[in-house]
Order: sequence, then C-alpha cells, then structure tokens
Amino acid sequence: MERRIGRCRSDVIYDTILFILLSLVFLVVAYPLYFVIISSVSDPIAVSNGEVTFYPIGFTLDGYREVFKTNTVVRGFLNSLLYTVCGVSVNLLVTLPTGYALSRKDFALKKFVTFFYMLTMFIGGGMMPTYLIVKQTGLLNSMWALIIPGAMGVYNMIVAKTFFSTNIPLELMEAARLDGCGNTRFFFHIVLPLSGAITAILVLYYGQGHWNSYFSALLYINDREKWPLQLELRNILLLNTNTMTKEFITEEMRKEQARREALANMMKYSLIIISSIPMLIVYPFVQKHFVKGVMIGSVKG
Amino acid sequence: MPNVPLSPPLSSGKHRKTFLERMRGNWDLFLFCLPGMIITLIYHYWPIYGIQIAFRDYKVKLGMFNSEWIGFSNFARFFRSANAWITIRNTLILSVYSLAAGFPIAVILALLLNSFRFKKFRKIIQTVTYAPHFISTVVMCGMLFLFLSVRTGAVNTIIRMLGGEPINFMGKSSLWRHIYVWSGVWQSMGWSSVIYFAALSGVSPEYHEAAIVDGATKFQRTLHIDLPFLVPTMTMLLILDCGSVMSVGFEKAYALQNDLNIGVSEIISTYVYKVGLINRDQAFSTAIGLFNAAVNAVLLITVNAVTRKMGDNSLW
Repeated sequence: MERRIGRCRSDVIYDTILFILLSLVFLVVAYPLYFVIISSVSDPIAVSNGEVTFYPIGFTLDGYREVFKTNTVVRGFLNSLLYTVCGVSVNLLVTLPTGYALSRKDFALKKFVTFFYMLTMFIGGGMMPTYLIVKQTGLLNSMWALIIPGAMGVYNMIVAKTFFSTNIPLELMEAARLDGCGNTRFFFHIVLPLSGAITAILVLYYGQGHWNSYFSALLYINDREKWPLQLELRNILLLNTNTMTKEFITEEMRKEQARREALANMMKYSLIIISSIPMLIVYPFVQKHFVKGVMIGSVKG
Repeated sequence: MPNVPLSPPLSSGKHRKTFLERMRGNWDLFLFCLPGMIITLIYHYWPIYGIQIAFRDYKVKLGMFNSEWIGFSNFARFFRSANAWITIRNTLILSVYSLAAGFPIAVILALLLNSFRFKKFRKIIQTVTYAPHFISTVVMCGMLFLFLSVRTGAVNTIIRMLGGEPINFMGKSSLWRHIYVWSGVWQSMGWSSVIYFAALSGVSPEYHEAAIVDGATKFQRTLHIDLPFLVPTMTMLLILDCGSVMSVGFEKAYALQNDLNIGVSEIISTYVYKVGLINRDQAFSTAIGLFNAAVNAVLLITVNAVTRKMGDNSLW
C-alpha cells in the first residue's frame, strides 16, 4: 500500500476510475463463466426463460447425468486423457534435453541446432504437404499423428533453454565433471531435479494444447472410436445447433421447440464444465508460475 | 622476466579449440538434440520440400515428387476464381480488426492493473482474466451459440425483456465479424496482458519517486513513465502479429461457420482445408497455402523494415 501523503485529489479520482473500470472487466469476464456454472445445475426451463441470473434455480444434476450416459462423450474424454498424457510425455522428452543442450555455451553444435529450429518458426510446409507426409509415414488415423508431428514446440524449447541457462550455473557442471560425471548423468541426476518450475510451465502449455485442439484430429483421425473429446464436443455443441428462425411455425410449436432446446442446452452447459475439469484441476497449481514463464520466454538469449 | 620461448599453452583461454576438439568434449549433447531434430526433419522440413506439389499436377499414384510439373497454373486458377478475392479480403479484414481491437486492450489492461492500489483484488482480476485463455475453441464457440441462441439464449432473453425483437446473431453475416473479434478479445485480453504486466515490473521505482517529487499525478506517471517503457515490447509483438496477419486461426473461424455467414467467414485457412481435404484437390490447396505464407513473410519483412527506420526497435 502506498503512503497517503503522495495522493492528491486527481489521484483519488484516477483510483476511483481504475476501480470502476477494472471491476467492469472483472464482471464482464467472470459473469459468463459463472453463468455457465449455475446454468448447468439449474432447471433448464428457468434458464431459457431468463430467470436464472445470480444463483441456480430448481437445482438439478440431470445435465451431468445425461452427459455421463452419453457413451461418445465418455469415450472422447478417455481418449483425450490418453492423448494428452502421452503427448505431453513425448513433448517433454524432446523439449527438455534439447533446451538443456542449447543452454550449454560449450556445446559445439549450438549455433547449427539453434538455426535449425529458428528456421522452422519462419517457414513451414503448410496444411496439405504436412498431411501428405503424415499419411506417407503411416501415422494417419492413429493417435501418434496428434503427438509426433508437433512434438517439438520451438517457443517452449526456447523457454526451457532460457530457464536452464539462468538456473543451472556452468560451474555446477564443471564440478560434477571433475568428479567424473558425464553429461547424460548430470542431466538426469542434477538438472532434472532442479527443473520443477519449468516442467510445470511446459506441462501446462503443452497439456492445454493437446487437450484443447481439434484441428489436428479433424485432419488426421477418421475413426469415431479414436476421436478426442473436442471433436465429440464439436458435434454436440456446434453442429446440432439450429440457427434458423422458422417464421411459419405456430406459437405452440415454438414453445415445444424451445422446451426441447432448453433440455439440450442443460446438457451442453454440463458438458462445458466437464470438459474443463482437467484444466480446472491443473490451473491453480501452475497459476503462480505464469508471469515467471512469460518472463523467461521474453528474455532474449 | 626473461623472455623464454615456450611451447604453445595447452589449456589457456587464448587458444581457440578446433571444432573437433570441442565436439569431442561433449558430443553426447548432440544426442540430446537428436530425437527432436529427427522429428522436426521429417514433419517440418520434409513437408517444406513437399511444397513443390503446388507446382505439379498432383496424382496420388505418381506421388509428391513425380507428378507432372505444371508451373504456376494452380496459382493462376486460384486468382481467376471468385473465391480468391473473397477469402483474401475476409482474412485481411478479420485479422486487422482482431489486431486493432485486441492489441491496445491488452496494453491498457496491463497499465491499469499495474497502477491499481488494491493488490488482493488485482490478484483476483488477473486470475479470472487469464482463465478464458484455457477454454478450448470448441467450448468457446459452444458458449457463444448458447448465449446467442434465438429462442433460449441469454442475450436474446434480455433483448426480449427490454421489448426488442430477438436477433439471430449466428445467422446474420453483418454481425459475424464483431462476434468473432470481441469474443476473441474476451478470451485473450488477460493472457495477452501478462507479457506487458511482466515487463512493467522492470520499471525502476526511482522514476516514479522522482516524478512524485515533481508533482506528477498517478495518471501522468502511467502515461509518461509506464507506457513509454512498454514501447519496445509493443513494437516487437506488433511486428510478430503483422507477420501472421494472413494466418488467422483456422479453428475458431471454422467452428463458427454456417451457411448463412459463409460469405464473411470463409477465410484462406478454412478454404485451404476444404479444397484440400474435402474436395481432395491437394495441389491447389497447397498453392493457396503457399501464397498465404508468402504474403505473411513479405508483411513481416516490410513491417520490420518500417519500424527499424522509424526507431531502433526491430526484430533483426
């Protein structure tokens, strides 16, 4: 808290305006999220009539029951869980060692490897050629198509590299080398145990990518049994919505349709909550690393 | 000291080790890089080589590198089609609009948060505004469909209560861009402000102390100390954004598309997807993608050159 001495009248006005503006921002962002939560446990008719505003009305868990009865959703959820866990493991397996090697000033091929990755940030093959290569290497329609091609996130690798070069002093390596410790052993026994923070950040960044993406699955996965959750969600949340207003229907039919839509909506609200559960679990743990993660990433190195 | 000739020192810092000598010391570090490099080589560099199908009459039987060479006729076909100008225009409008709306808001949010007095409340605001960033595109668009639905959506309920006619938001092509952009701002403003907020922690408190002594108000300090401090970060991000002006995300545009708004929502990436995967015209699709990438590269280089001329902030 600042000393009050420094505050003149215009500061008080400024502080008040700030308070109002930021409270508005807070409401604009928080309310829709809160609305989804209370709508998922409210009577669907009350929701569609606009009665639900600040607290749930006619508490019910039918929406969630409905979601768990939908086999495709459960299957998609489990698929996504598997893809995310495998995907993040592969991501870490290639990112952390590369980041460490590049953080070492005495690495002979440092310049070459850096250039090799920098180039990929500026040029790429594009959607179709990549698709054809994935097909040619036999990954099409398998979960590895979602994991292997994007295994190395160059931005994340640079974040890891910067973390290592600021947190693992070269002297530590030299001391270990005198004791007869090679690079590999040093990495696994000394570097990795010291890189909890960076691992947490990478798990969040990569995990979020795997859990949330639907594009690569849309491209590469044909069998519905292998669909990740996001594709199933897309089917339910986006493709089933009727956006047309039918002018010719009677008031009676309009009401009936609205009732049916309300029931479907209740399930959609619950579905949104359930699909966000993994993120909701991870979020509080990694949140405190955010600013640090961005800071690491933005330092030129 | 007598000048005694010595044999060249073995381990002095002045002696530059040869490449092989340095390699021998830590060749195993290269093994660390190998898995990632192999994957990148196969799935990033090989497709770059595969871009040549844009210049070929690609036939699956003949393969990527043996189909007949037809030069620029795929590109010519694209530019002759009516879709070319529609998709290019839609892409440009959408991304410039997104940038114009999202970029200043992130900066302003960071400045406001930085000079906010109530640290506890600030923490809460930050946590809440970061959260939408982690919502998936599908869920985000699902929420839009739910809120904006004609019959049951919350927004139309409010409109009806106020005595207005319900609006078919997702069916009106004139509203589509606004929905796309402002929902994007809602989702990303917190997260995009993190980098500025982090940069602001580097402002030395001495500047503020000196300004207070000189009688500067809080608003003046924000405007004349904090904002200028952000200019290099802003320039850097702006250049990068301009370099990806033509690559508006596929996921969201495709998710929000329907027959009624296709006239404004068909952007290059969704068009590339449809042509390549649904119509199976891979060579044509690659040509469009390559054109898109080329425009991006030209924009990146131009903007970088311009900012370098204007000040000393540039990427390279």
